[in-house]
Formats: sequence, C-alpha cells, structure tokens
Amino acid sequence: MTSLDPVLLFFILGLTAGLMRADVRLPSAIYELISMLLLLTIGLKGGVELARQPVGSLAFQALAVIAMGAVLPLLAFPVLRHVGRLKRADAASVAAHYGSVSVATYAVATAYFMTREIPFEAHMPFLLAVLEIPAIVVGILLAKGLNRDIRIGQVAHEVFLGKGIVLLIGGLLIGWIAGYEGLASIKPLFFDLFKGVLALFLLEMGLITASQFSSLRQYGPFLLVFGIVMPLVSSVIGMLIGFNLGLSLGGTAMLAILAASASYIAVPAAMRISVPEANPTLSLAASLGVTFPFNVLVGIPLYHTMTEQLFAIARS
Amino acid sequence: MSHVARKLLTIVTESALEKILPEDFKKLGARGFTITEARGQGSRGMRSGTWDENGNIRIEILCDSVTADAIAHHLQTRYYDDYAMVVFISDVMVLRPDKF
Repeated sequence: MTSLDPVLLFFILGLTAGLMRADVRLPSAIYELISMLLLLTIGLKGGVELARQPVGSLAFQALAVIAMGAVLPLLAFPVLRHVGRLKRADAASVAAHYGSVSVATYAVATAYFMTREIPFEAHMPFLLAVLEIPAIVVGILLAKGLNRDIRIGQVAHEVFLGKGIVLLIGGLLIGWIAGYEGLASIKPLFFDLFKGVLALFLLEMGLITASQFSSLRQYGPFLLVFGIVMPLVSSVIGMLIGFNLGLSLGGTAMLAILAASASYIAVPAAMRISVPEANPTLSLAASLGVTFPFNVLVGIPLYHTMTEQLFAIARS
Repeated sequence: MSHVARKLLTIVTESALEKILPEDFKKLGARGFTITEARGQGSRGMRSGTWDENGNIRIEILCDSVTADAIAHHLQTRYYDDYAMVVFISDVMVLRPDKF
C-alpha cells in the first residue's frame, strides 16, 4: 500500500457503501456541479498551454486521435457481435462506448501523474474532447447503416452541445484567452480544489459503479471479460499512436489511458436517442461496472509501466 | 363557477426524451405541459434518478380527450418498444376550459 492515491480511497468508499446499500448519496445538483467543475478545470488547464502549441502539429495529432476513435469501435464490434452474440444494436452501442473516452478516468490519471510529478502534454484535454465524438458516429453507422430514420439534428445537438464538449472546449478557450496570469483570480476554486472535488466525484462514481454490479450479473461472464480485455488492447493501440506522434512518456501513457477508457456520459446520451433499441444497461454495466474501476485501480499504473517499458526499449 | 371535464395525460419516462417529446406534443395539439423529475421502479428496473443517464421524468398534460388519445397512441407506437415509459389518462375537472 505504498501510494494508493486518497482520491481512489474515496472511490473504494463509494463502491463499498454502494454494495452495502448504505444510506449515502450525493444530491444530484451537487453531482452536476462537481462534474462541471472537473470538466472546466480540465479544459482551463489545457487551454493555458494550448496557445504555446504550433497549430500544425496540433491538427495532425487531432486527426490521428480521430482515426483512433473510429477504429476502436470497429475492432470491438465484431467481437461483441460474434463472440458475445449481442444483437446488432447492442454490439454497436457497446462498441461506441469503448471508442469514446471517460473524462473521469482522465481526471484520475491527471491526479496520478501530478502526484508522481510526471509531465505530459498539457494540450491533452483538447485531444480528450476530440476523441469523444468519432466513436459515436461510427456506433450509429454500425447500428443503423445510412438510415434516414435517425434524428440527425437531435443527435448532433446531443453530441456537440452535450455538457462534456461544451464545458471542455469552453474551458480550453477561456484558459487560452486568459492565460495563466489571467486565471490567477479563479485559481483557488478550479485548480487548488481539484483533488478535493475529484475525491467527492469519485465517491459518487463508486456509488454509481456499485449500482451497475447487479445488472452485470445478469449479463454473464462475457461482458466482464470484454470490459477488461478491450481496454488492454485499446491501451496498446493508444500507446503506439502516442509514441509515433512523438509525445512525451507522460503524454504517450495518457493517450493509452484515453484509448483504454470507455465513455459513460456522452455516448449513452447520444445512443439513447439515435439507437434507442440498444439496451442502455448493457453498455453501462460494461463501461461503468467493469472498465472504469479496472482502469482507475489497475489500468492507469499498468499503462504507465507499459509505456515506460516501450520508451526503455526504444532508447536502447 | 363552472367546472368542465378534461383529460389529464400522465407520462412517466426516461429523461433522455425530455427534449424530444415536447415537439411531438405540440404537433398533436397539446397547449402546454408540466415536467417534474421522478424516481421509481418498474419492469425496466430501478430508475433512481441519481445521475443523468438514470434520470426519470413525469410529464403531465391537460387536454381534451381527442388530443389525449392521439398523444397516447403516438407514444405507444413510437416509444413503447425502446424506452421505459408508462402512460395513463385520468378524468379531471378544470376551471378554465379555454386554456386546455
């Protein structure tokens, strides 16, 4: 027990309390507020650094990340369809969840790297925002083909004007415009309180994760195995892309973590509207019940070690 | 004061539909509606309303019986298969019939 971050202990507390059906529950307005705070903080942090990046390399990285977000669901889909024997809509929806990202996982990874003083490219939140979208599009296409029945306007609204994208991009822009000195006045709320807010957020995440366990039992071992193997595979892909983009060790590990994480906010909301016949509890049981706890407790240090190995091999 | 009979259409469903349904209501002739957040349990499991994706709403529409039937029928054909949804209609008396 050398270095389990206290924020993870909050997650475990939430998980335990949830499993024991303890009378703990974050009021939903507070959960809303702290998730907004986290999104804005992550955006602001990235925005401050974004101005220092040359636009060309940024655009190239964004393209690589978009391609990754489109390929991951295409890899997951046949496995879910043929090995897991899921219905087409369900397989497409789960695949979309795994191609997209989890901001909560990113936040935990940020805390992990901060504690260890490992630097990573500060414009990562930009890639995080970019990575949220392509998998949703691929997921819808996998489920429906080019069907005209989809409410495109509604889905586009859900995707681009969802809380996640608006606050991440908004934070990025504010940070970019204001700069580090400009943000000094609001630093106490957003930056200094980051870990405390994250701790509260993870307490609630623990409770939510625990509530997914019962539906997980319903779907059997396939989903459990998929929820662990898929992020392992995705993380290797993310790591190799990060390495080839010339990111730092921290940045490469972060991209591995982003690739490994599975969405549980943006994608479910978009899928519920665009592919309503897909069972939402199935996707959430996998992404929240298995992959999220796996990533924050085991995955992040694992992907970090993996990346260190890769860099050691590359150097020698 | 005269009381006039109207129908109260109550819909309990997922908050994912909150932005979609009002358009349908308007098209089918409803002149207003009220939405409240809700919690509960049914054939699709526990909907505790603790966080976004698990949210539940209750929609109430006061209207005449033709509109109530039209909306109920539309909801049944369009949403029943894929969404957690309960719809019921009750008789109510209203004071200002021109409003509903």
